[in-house]
Order: sequence, then C-alpha cells, then structure tokens
Amino acid sequence: MSYKIPIGEWVAAGVKWLETNDHGLLDKLGSVIQTATGAIENGLMLIPFWLLALVFVAIGYWRLGWKFALFCAASFLLIDNMGFANQTVVTLALIISATLISLALGIPLGIWAGRNDRAEAIIRPILDFMQTMPAFVYLIPAAMFFGLGRVPGVIATVIFAMPPVVRLTSLGIRQVNKEQVEAGIAFGCTPTQLLFKVQIPSAMANLFAGINQTIMMALSMVIIASMVGAGGLGNDVLSSISRLDIGLGFESGLGVVLLAIMLDRITESFGVKRAAKS
Amino acid sequence: MDDQQLNTASNSEAKVVVKNLHKVFGNKPELAMQMLNDGKHKDEVLKQTGQVVGVLDASFEINKGEIFVLMGLSGSGKSTLIRLLNRLIEPTAGSVIVDGEDVAQMSTEKLLNLRRKDMSMVFQSFALLPHRSVIENAAFGLEIAGVDVKEREKRAMQVLEQVGLHTFAKHMPSQLSGGMQQRVGLARALTVNPSLMLMDEAFSALDPLRRTEMQDVLMKLQQEQKRTIVFVSHDLDEALRIGNRICIMEGGRVVQVGTSDDILQRPADEYVKAFFNGVDTNKYLTAKDVAQKEQVTIFERPDDPAAGFSAALERMRMYDRVYAFVLDDQHKVLGAVSAESLMACVNKRGKKLRDALLPGISAIPGSMPLNQVLQKVVEYPCPLPVVDDNGEYIGAITKTVLLRKLCKETKA
Repeated sequence: MSYKIPIGEWVAAGVKWLETNDHGLLDKLGSVIQTATGAIENGLMLIPFWLLALVFVAIGYWRLGWKFALFCAASFLLIDNMGFANQTVVTLALIISATLISLALGIPLGIWAGRNDRAEAIIRPILDFMQTMPAFVYLIPAAMFFGLGRVPGVIATVIFAMPPVVRLTSLGIRQVNKEQVEAGIAFGCTPTQLLFKVQIPSAMANLFAGINQTIMMALSMVIIASMVGAGGLGNDVLSSISRLDIGLGFESGLGVVLLAIMLDRITESFGVKRAAKS
Repeated sequence: MDDQQLNTASNSEAKVVVKNLHKVFGNKPELAMQMLNDGKHKDEVLKQTGQVVGVLDASFEINKGEIFVLMGLSGSGKSTLIRLLNRLIEPTAGSVIVDGEDVAQMSTEKLLNLRRKDMSMVFQSFALLPHRSVIENAAFGLEIAGVDVKEREKRAMQVLEQVGLHTFAKHMPSQLSGGMQQRVGLARALTVNPSLMLMDEAFSALDPLRRTEMQDVLMKLQQEQKRTIVFVSHDLDEALRIGNRICIMEGGRVVQVGTSDDILQRPADEYVKAFFNGVDTNKYLTAKDVAQKEQVTIFERPDDPAAGFSAALERMRMYDRVYAFVLDDQHKVLGAVSAESLMACVNKRGKKLRDALLPGISAIPGSMPLNQVLQKVVEYPCPLPVVDDNGEYIGAITKTVLLRKLCKETKA
C-alpha cells in the first residue's frame, strides 16, 4: 500500500497549466470583475453614509415596521461611532457584487436542475464541493490567478455563496404542485411559458429564501476574503487578530453582525410575504 | 386520411374515438407491448420486465355533447386514461381521435393549439395558480394563447358571472372556499370556450353538499351550451347523477361502457356487478329498508275529487320534485302524477285528480327483496312507491337512494 494516488499533484499541475495556457482569458475575466465591482463600490461611496443609513431605515420601515427601522438607525449610528463607516460600505459593495454574480449564475442553474434530473445529478455534488471545500484552499489559487485584491475575494465569495440559491431554486421548481404544472400544460403552455407563468411564480418563496441565504453566505465569506486583500470590515477583523487586539476584534465583529441582521431580516421579509400569499 | 381513420369515423356523433389505447410506465415499453400483444397478462409483464401497464387496450367512443363518466376504484387507470386524451401523459400505443384527428400522432404545434382552443381540463386539487387573482386565473388559457389583456379579462368576467363569482374577480384563490375555488377552476376551463372538457375527479375534494351544488352548476352550464365532457369519478352517485354514459374501468382495462340503465341491468361481469350491487346484500334487504319519505304526497279528497291541482303543483315546485304520489284517505297509493300530467288537467272542467295519474304505476310491497326492486327502479320513470302489508304508503325509492344504500352496505 505504498502507492498514493497523486490527486494533489494533478490539481497543482492543472492549476499551473491553466496559469500558463489560458491565453489571458482569466486576466480578462478578472478585469471585468474588477471593473464591475469597482463601479459598485465607487457608486456606493458617492452616497453619503447618512443617506445610505436612511435608505436602510426606510426599507426597514416599509418591510418590517417602525421597530426595525429604529434598529437600523441605531445600528448605523453605532457603526459610524465605532469608525467603521467606510469599511462597512466596502463590505456592502463586495456583498452586492458577489451576490449579483451568484444570482446571475445560480438562478439559471437552479432552474435547470429543477427541471432536469440529470442536470440535478451532475450539479449537486459540485455544489457540495463548493460549500464544504475549506475556503482557504481555493482562496490561494484565486489570488495566484487574479492577484491580490477585490477580484479573488469576490470569486471565492461567489464559489461559497452560490450553492444555496441553486439548491433552493431547484427545490422550489420541484415542489410546485404537480397538478398546477399539469394545468399549465393542459392549457397549452410551451416549456418557456410553463417556466415563467407557472413554475417560477410558484417557486418564488423558495427562490427568495435562496437569495437570502446567498447574501448571508456572501457576508460571512467577504470577511475571510479580506485575507487576499478584498478590504472592508474584514481588514479590521484580520488586523485585530494579528495584533491580538480583542477590543477592536469585537467592535469590527459587531459591525459585521449588525450588517448581517439588517440584510437578513430585510431580504427574508420579501420571501415571507410571498410565502404567506400562496 | 387512411382507411382505419375512415372506419373509426363511422359514428358521425362521435366526438372522441379511442382505439386500442395503451399506456406502459417504465423504460422498456416496447418490450411490454410485445408481451401484451403475445397475450401475456399485465401482472406477468410487471414480474418479468418491471413495466407497469397503466391502461390496457382501451377502446370506446364519446358522443358529441354527452357527459361521459370514467369510473373505477383508485388504481384502475381512469386518471391515466383521461390524461392520455390531451397527452399530459404520452400514449404508448393506440389512437385518440378527436374530431377526426389523432391526438396521439399530432405535431407539438397542433397539440398546443388544440389544448389552447378546444380542449381544457379541470383538476381534483383545483390547481389554481396561487399568485394570480381569480380573474387572472380564469383568463389563464387565453393569456397562454396570446389574447390581449382587455379581451381575455372581458371573456373571463362573462364566465365568472356564469359560475356566480364575478364579485370575487379581484380576490386571491386562497381567500376562497374549496367550492368557490373549483368554480374558478371551472371558469378557467370554460373561458377558452372548448368543445371538449376533461374533468379529473373535479368535485371529489369537495364536501357532499358542495359537490351536489357543483354538479348542478355543471348541468346548468351544459343546458346553456352543450359541450362534450369526460368526467373521471369514483363516486357512484355522481356518475349516475350527471353521466349520460358511464365507462367502468378495472386494472387499466375498460370493463363496460353504457348508460347507467345498461350497466345496472346488464352488468358485463362480476366486477361491475359488485360495483353496483354490493356483496349480495340485496338478498336480505327489502324495499321497506330503503324507502324514504322524501317524496311529495297528495291526498285525494273523497268529497271533492276534482280539487287539489294547484296545491299539488305548488308543493311539487316547493320541494323541487317532478313527481308526486296520490293517496286516498286510507293512505292507499292510487298512483303517481307528474307536473306535466297535472298541468294537462288543471283548470279543465270535469277533470278529477285521478285523471292525471300516470299509466302503469303501482306500489310495490315493502317485503320485496332488493334485487327485484333494482329491476323495477330501472323500469320506472318516477320513484317507486312502497306500501306496507296493509297497503298503506310508507315511502318511496329513487335510483339514487337505492344505490347509495347498496354502496353503504358494500362498504360495511
């Protein structure tokens, strides 16, 4: 039993090959992501922090009532008071970028998996892989490919955050009442009509749950992604760890928690309302 | 058109002609078909190949404008069969000819067109789209067919009015009761103005009262505009109440097709007999066990035998009955009258109540065994009056009452 299957060597060789033979494809991908995420971050930076806070308060009031609006206001005041205003905006921009990419890829994949058993059989183990493979393992190669900065951070975040929306979209499509689907077909739906008029609307509650989960996953990952220079609140967490600064660690961690609670409750409220409707 | 199609079109009244229709569930349907063609039993096919035979060699015709009830216990293949008619389930072999065209061989485009324009379906669980309002649900078929919003909602509104739901047009389905939801399901099917409607256990999820109410709605719609309706049911009462003809299925096979009288009088085999008769309970049950005092009775007045026409008519109208029994002052049954026969005599000089009696109606003794009662009930146009040993009226037996009783006995 001295023979070891050289899995590690294969992967390392594969990565090396990709690095030298991608004809600049990865660079192009990287610059696209860089530009897009940069635009989102710069856009958010243009908005004064108090206005951003006001937007959250307003949405909080609209979706969940005055108590939650009050919580949003208090959270933003505290974040500002602790001196994390800029970092919070950067983190938010990273989350938005990663979430948008995750949804753009994940929802179509989820729909495909929901309508096709073979697709589901192929996609599921890949999702397991993406979710459970320790993040550092692909964070390092990502940094090798794209250099330090936002791009490897966003890519690593997408890898980690995309699975929930794929899974829940697929589940939602599969859970649509069988007779509702039959009704769609019986009244002459084409497959596309069936998808947009019957399956997706009925799967909305699940789809929103998936979006919510993806946002939460993205939030937890962008903190780790600061290790490759993604920036934001993660930077403070990281530097507090390296300096054993317990106070700063707690403060920056609290900022993450507050942002998480706000994003979670607000996105969740969209799904719940839909679930209640049906 | 090939020869076979010409042959099947022999009955000009036929809306749907089903010929040698088979459905095999599984991954090797050809193999299963081969075995079936070689005369193997479907259980043998299942054992050797793992293929499940859902519908086995079904052949029948459905006439234009009739309500054709597919009946059978669960697992008899009736829900599969109705889905073969609009290809929600793909047939393995055989043909479904609707208005001269074989649905089983139809191109996708033609099939979509048929489903959109001429053939709609009502489902057991209603299958309304929960995210759409009542009117949007009702207009669904037209929306799929590409009719613009104004036009389709106008049409949907008309149909909602027909089923009595126009005031609920803006409500969401979840705000409606089960009976109302199924009215929306019915409206959705009617909005496309189909000539053929498929109804899969459409009223089975409703409580008995709502079920009867919906049957009435359906019958009324049927009076207004005759459509061909294929109705799947496991409820005997329902089948007898609304069906022009009944098709009995067992284990994927069509056992018998005929009017309720045909099937009652000449059951094709033991299965059909059991379905209708129960387990020979009619041997020890007698007429008086099932007779019910639900019919209108009119007393002939010895002092004025010409009186009572108007009162009789009024009471029949009140209780919604077509027939009434005429009794003398001793409660002896003189015979039966119908609204029609009464109308013919009312306000005519010299006519007595007895002159309105229908010919050939006489009471049966309460001791008559049920199997003989069955024969009589089928022959009589009106309910069967039952008298006790002294010849006094104790009640009447209708087809529905009798069959319900028999069903209950069977279950017990």
